[in-house]
Order: sequence, then C-alpha cells, then structure tokens
Amino acid sequence: MAQAQATRETFRERIAKRTQHGDGIFWGLTLSFALLVIVLVFAIVWVTWSDSQLARERFGWAFFTSGEWNPVETPVNPVSFGAMPAIVGTLVSSAIALILAAPVAIGIGIFLAELCPPVLRTPLSFMVELLAAIPSVIYGVWGVMVFAPFFTQNVAMPISQTIGQVVPWLGGDRVSSGRGLLIAGIILSIMILPTIAAITRDVLTLVPNSQREVLLALGATKWEVIWLAVVPYARAGIIGAVMLGLGRALGETMAATMLVGNRPQVPETLFEPATTAASLVASELVNAQTLIHESALVLIALALFAITLLLNLSARLLIWYMNRGPVGRTRA
Amino acid sequence: MDEAAQQSRLLSGFAKTIAQAKERAAQTSHETKIEAINFNFFYGSFQALRNISIRIPSNQVTAIIGPSGCGKSTFLRAINRMHDRTPGARGEGQLMLDGVNIYGDLDPVKLRRRVGMVFQRPNPFVKSIYDNVAYGLRVQGIRDRRILDEKVETALRRAALWDEVKDRLHKASGTALSGGQQQRLCIARAIAVEPEVILMDEPCSALDPIATMKIEDLIHELSASFTIVIVTHNMQQAMRVSDMTAFMLMDRETRAGELIEFGPTDEIFTNPKDKRTEDYVTGRFG
Repeated sequence: MAQAQATRETFRERIAKRTQHGDGIFWGLTLSFALLVIVLVFAIVWVTWSDSQLARERFGWAFFTSGEWNPVETPVNPVSFGAMPAIVGTLVSSAIALILAAPVAIGIGIFLAELCPPVLRTPLSFMVELLAAIPSVIYGVWGVMVFAPFFTQNVAMPISQTIGQVVPWLGGDRVSSGRGLLIAGIILSIMILPTIAAITRDVLTLVPNSQREVLLALGATKWEVIWLAVVPYARAGIIGAVMLGLGRALGETMAATMLVGNRPQVPETLFEPATTAASLVASELVNAQTLIHESALVLIALALFAITLLLNLSARLLIWYMNRGPVGRTRA
Repeated sequence: MDEAAQQSRLLSGFAKTIAQAKERAAQTSHETKIEAINFNFFYGSFQALRNISIRIPSNQVTAIIGPSGCGKSTFLRAINRMHDRTPGARGEGQLMLDGVNIYGDLDPVKLRRRVGMVFQRPNPFVKSIYDNVAYGLRVQGIRDRRILDEKVETALRRAALWDEVKDRLHKASGTALSGGQQQRLCIARAIAVEPEVILMDEPCSALDPIATMKIEDLIHELSASFTIVIVTHNMQQAMRVSDMTAFMLMDRETRAGELIEFGPTDEIFTNPKDKRTEDYVTGRFG
C-alpha cells in the first residue's frame, strides 16, 4: 500500500519534471522561426541597399526619373542608367492586369460562393485552382506562340491604324513586333485571375449565413443580398485578394520577360515593346559586364521592392479608412 | 360537502374557460392566414417534417413548442422559404399563405416581403439605428426622406424602442445597444416593411428575463396588427404570449417531425387531448 503510494508519487514527479519546460522550449522554438522571417527581410533590404551603392552614388535621385539605358561604355557615350522605363512598365502592365482581372475574378468568386449550383461548384473551383497552379513559363509560351500573333493581327494592328491615329497611346510604329505592355498586361491578368477568384470565393463562404438571412427575410433579391450583405461584410478580404493579385502581377518575371519586349525605354504607346522591373533585372543581371550595370539593376530591384511595399501599405490604409467612423468595423 | 361544492365550482369555471376557448377557436377558424395540408419537408433524402396539417389564424399569436429536433424551426423557416439556400431542401404537399401555395405559386422575394422574420440571436447591421430600421424600406425602393423618417419612427415606437434611442438615431450603431434593445431593433426592422406575418425563431433565448418580458409584452401588442408565429423552448413563454399552441414531436424511428396537437393555448396546457402533449407540458417528458 505504502509502496504503491510511493510509486505513484514518483510517477507524478516524473510527469511534472518532464513537462515543466515543454511550453517554454516550444515557445522559444516557434519564436525563433518567426524571428527568422524578420531577419530575412532585413537581410534582403541590406543586400539590395549595399549592392546598389555604386549606382546610388553615381546617379542619385535622378536615377528614378531618367529614361536613359546605355550599359555599354564608349568614348562618345558614357554609361547611363535610369529606372523610369522599368517603373512605368511595371506599373502600367500591372494596372492593365488588375483592371481586366479584378472585376471578372470577383464575379467568378461571387458565382462560386453564392450562385453556383452545387453540382458545378466542386469541378469549377478545381479548375480555377488549377489555373492558379500553372507555371508562369507556360502562360508565357502560350502568349508567345498563340496569343501575341493573334492579338497583333486582329486587335493591335487594326486599332493602331484607326483609333491609334487619334488616341496617342494606342498607335505607334512598332506594333508589328507583337510584344508590348498591353499583351503582357493581358497575360498577367489571366495569371492573377484565379488567385483573386479563389480567395474571393473563400472569403465569401466565410460570411455567416445570418448575414444573408436577415436581408432575405426583409424581402431582398439575391442581387441585393450579395451586394448589400455579403460583399460589404467581406470587403476587407476581397481587397486583400486583389492586393495579392496585384503583388503577383508586379513581381511576375517569366511571362513578362517573354511578352513585354525587353526594350528599356519608356514606350509611347501600349502596343510598343517596353520592359518591367522584374523582367529587366532577370534578363540583364546574368549578362552584366560592369559593376555599375549590376549595381543599377540591383537598385531597380530595390525600387520594385519599395513599390510593392508602398502598394501594400496603401491597401492597409484603404481598409482602415473604409472601416473607421462611429459605425462599421473590420471583419474577415 | 364543502370540498365537493368547491370542486364543482372549479369544474364549471374550467368548463367555461374551455367553452370560451372553443368559441374563440371557432371564431378565428374562418380567417386562416397560413394553412398546411399534409405538408412534408425534406433535407435531401431525410424527411424532417411529416404530414403537418395546421391552420394558423390571422392576427393571433401561435406558438410552436416541442423538444429539440422536433422540426419546429424547420417548419417556421419553411413558411418564408428560408431553406432555399440549403442544397437538397424541399417542401412537398400544401403550405399556403392566404390560400396560395408557398411552394409553387409564390415568388420567394414577394413572399418574404409579406412574411418577415426575427431570429434567435439579435442580428442588427453594423449601421446606425436609423439605417437598421430603414434598411428593408430602402431595399423595397422607398427613397423619400420624409416617408422614411415617418416609417422609422412608427416602427421604433411600435417596437417600444423609440424613447430609448430617439436621441442617437444616427449617431449610435445598432450593435452598440444592449441585447434586448438589439432584439427590439430587429423587430422594428421587421415591422417597418409592414409584413402580414412575423415569424419569430426563439426570439428571447439569448436575452435576460427583463428583456424577455419586454419582448413578450411587445408580441402581445403586435398581434393586433400582425399574424405572429413564434417558436419557443420555453413553455411558460408559450403560455404567456400565445393564443394558439402547436405541439410537435420527433418520431422516434424515422426522426421526422410531426404535429401532435394544435389548439387554443389554455386547452393545450390545461386539457390536452394527446397523452404525449400532457407528458410534455407537465414536464414528465422523458
């Protein structure tokens, strides 16, 4: 009896001993993983900052407003680099992608979450997710082989010869090259479409049913339920989905490189070859012969990083702004 | 001797009550608002309601009582087709509003404009008090500010909430009110669009006793202008607020909900015809 008591005591002590540090160790372990993310971000910032020093010292702020791009030093033409073509190309192609993709993708998300018959829901959702999983080089190949020739023949050429004569940014004399900001933007829009659609659907399915029922019980139509109850409730999440899509469009490298034309000049029209920050860095960094060329490319990468950061911050501000005031707060 | 006299007096009083109740039932029977004839309801292959036949009278409070899972909420929500969003849910047989079949001839949107609903949990919109009440009106296309103001005030007065919120109609959010006030706000929102029927799905189950009392008083007053159907777990509440009571029970084998007994409330609670009703209302239900 006494012996059983004693063994039980030691058993309890053993358990206590074994578990007394467990939570602390686990806390420390997960904390170090989390800190790793912060360390990585700072490492990336530090590398891009220090590696771009040469370019920053030589060109200063003018780098961001200059459209010059001459990587080969000759006695007549000294090297000159400017980020303007890359920045303009990135912003314009991403804006085209977003304008084309966001309404359609949100529509797909709404259909899948709210209106789709159950039989269709699973296969359609699967297809949308499959679209998101296709590697970007495949979009690029399809764009180069199929879409660009078709688009140039049937859309770009006719437009530039008619409306393009009047509207300056739809004309141009390099249309026949089949590369340009508009083509890149359209392919980017196809690429970001499934991302936005899938997240919008997920966010909408999280909206509690009571939100829909209140409005239904007041005699609202499906349309009113969706636009007055479901979408407003999920708007923060939908903005998040669009921002994720935008992030993908800004940073997309492969498809953009294959379709944008890689011409480091600010284009005058949407049909002319141009470049984006990501594609410029990707296509030139490996071949850079001089330190200043390399440094300028790293500085462009840093600029891309800054643009992404700024856009994400402004999205946060937008969500905060929409939800402030006496009535209304964030969910989803 | 004394005892016998008292007993006979009690019995005669009792008989009088029953006679009155029967008379009232007879009076109301010709103005049936909602009628079900052999109504069945299914979730996919599962039958949730079987052979429900009931005549819910106009401008009265009808309570539906019964243990959990007996299908009382399913029946209530079938009346304004709240199940439409649930895949596989369907109603069969006849369920009629003013003689028109709800599953068939009525457009669900038009139906719901006539049949409002108050839910178990108070669920005001995250908007101002005014906008909460005006919401249904705006959905129905009323834009005139003067009419809106007037209807919002009327609805809030009828919901006995006006005096408590009139100073902060536009400033305070509907969600900033107390639970009982929120539920009265939801009632105001439902009655603002002037439906004919108001369905209440355990409207007091999330409220404290004082808030519950206020809502019950309100239900009494509203029954003058609306037909009210209320689902409740609380038998005392059914006794206090309702004119008619329906008792539902789940069939043990098929798990389908059935209507056991329907009649004037005092009859159901004092002189039920069915043994199962008696067991339930006397708390002997196992």
